[in-house]
Amino acid sequence: MTNTVDARGLSCPQPVILTRRAIQTAEFPIEVLVETVTSRENVRRAAEKAGCRVEIEAMGDEFKLIISR
Amino acid sequence: MSERLTRFFASHSRLILAGATIGVLAPLLQKAGNPPNMGVCVACFERDIAGALGLHRASVVQYIRPEIIGFVLGALIAALAFREFKTRTGSAPIVRFVLGAFAMIGALAFLGCPWRALLRLAGGDLNGILGLAGLAVGVAIGVQFLKSGYNLGRSHKTYPAVGWIMPIIMIGLLLLRIFRPQFSEGGPIFFSESGPGSFHAPLWISLGAGLLIGFLAQRTRFCTMGSIRDVILMGDTHLVSGVGALVAVAFVTNLLLGQVSFGFFGQPMAHSSHLWNLLGMALAGLAFTLAGGCPGRQLFLSGEGDGDAGIFVLGMIVGAGFAHNFALAGKPDNVADAVVGGISIAGMVAVILGLVVCLVIGFSMRRAYHARSEKTGGVI
Repeated sequence: MTNTVDARGLSCPQPVILTRRAIQTAEFPIEVLVETVTSRENVRRAAEKAGCRVEIEAMGDEFKLIISR
Repeated sequence: MSERLTRFFASHSRLILAGATIGVLAPLLQKAGNPPNMGVCVACFERDIAGALGLHRASVVQYIRPEIIGFVLGALIAALAFREFKTRTGSAPIVRFVLGAFAMIGALAFLGCPWRALLRLAGGDLNGILGLAGLAVGVAIGVQFLKSGYNLGRSHKTYPAVGWIMPIIMIGLLLLRIFRPQFSEGGPIFFSESGPGSFHAPLWISLGAGLLIGFLAQRTRFCTMGSIRDVILMGDTHLVSGVGALVAVAFVTNLLLGQVSFGFFGQPMAHSSHLWNLLGMALAGLAFTLAGGCPGRQLFLSGEGDGDAGIFVLGMIVGAGFAHNFALAGKPDNVADAVVGGISIAGMVAVILGLVVCLVIGFSMRRAYHARSEKTGGVI
């Protein structure tokens, strides 16, 4: 079962705030959808800082980050 | 290749390099003709542009600053080169306009944006400490709103042409700077003949520095407000490393150029009215946090296709018009008569009003976005 955070279109730092909240409360894996490289890098950094592994998939001009422990 | 370069630039060391570059260029721009402790100032320079266009008539602060043009176009070039130019808009634009206007009123009460607060400190102007303290207070209040669900909603992808509006406006401003047409007798375009507006580096030096800073800042996401916000919000020192490098390198460069003079009173284009330095920047910091970026960052975002950031910039320029037409901006200390400067009663009212407006925005625009569970179909 995958939990999804749709952070597309949300401005900085909302994608990071939502991801951090999901890491604290949701079951893994967590999918985070973002549309800018800035958000992708910010979310990746925040997840890695929280001790998670991150895989990134490009979806057209958007990105899906799959976060797992 | 592009992907590797993106990671390379987004790393810690690249931010330090970007901050250090700004830290070198700003004192050099001052040496080349820009006003003291104002090698680069987004708020002051947008205020000068507003004056040049006749949106205010304060004759000492009117000039079309090529640095601002360079910031947007440098970010545009970087975004195009690295395929990050994405047009988007529609996240409460009118709120961003209002936030931009009040951010400018707050910044001009202090007489500078966060960049100038750092550069003033690096030139020995200790009032910069009050400005930065105020900025931190404003950001800290904004972070509380962010934690409690404040956001301005999603932006949406839109036509590519939308993202070109701000760059094209900047090219228009560059043409106005180069040719300086006179639109009516005694009318704009105005360029100051005395005062800070008359101090400027040569056009191509200013533009070149602006382009370089815009390029680097787009690649590294350099943001002064974000640096404080990230430390308060999650103990993340990523962005603050660039800001630290800016101050350190600017201080050393100023020392080498003989541009350091320590003190509170009588600093160039500054006042030592401590309370209003602090409160002005608190207003600016809160408005920047609610809008998601410092004034420099908003310019860079507007160059990479973010229409909402462009609206914030236009709000700042209009705010500068109000700040000077309504005499809200800070007045420098009067050294000759040993009189401390500051802001007018109207300026104080405007700063308080701005804080109230920002608080209302922060309290009234909260909406929870949650992770969605595939298992239950509901929010977690």
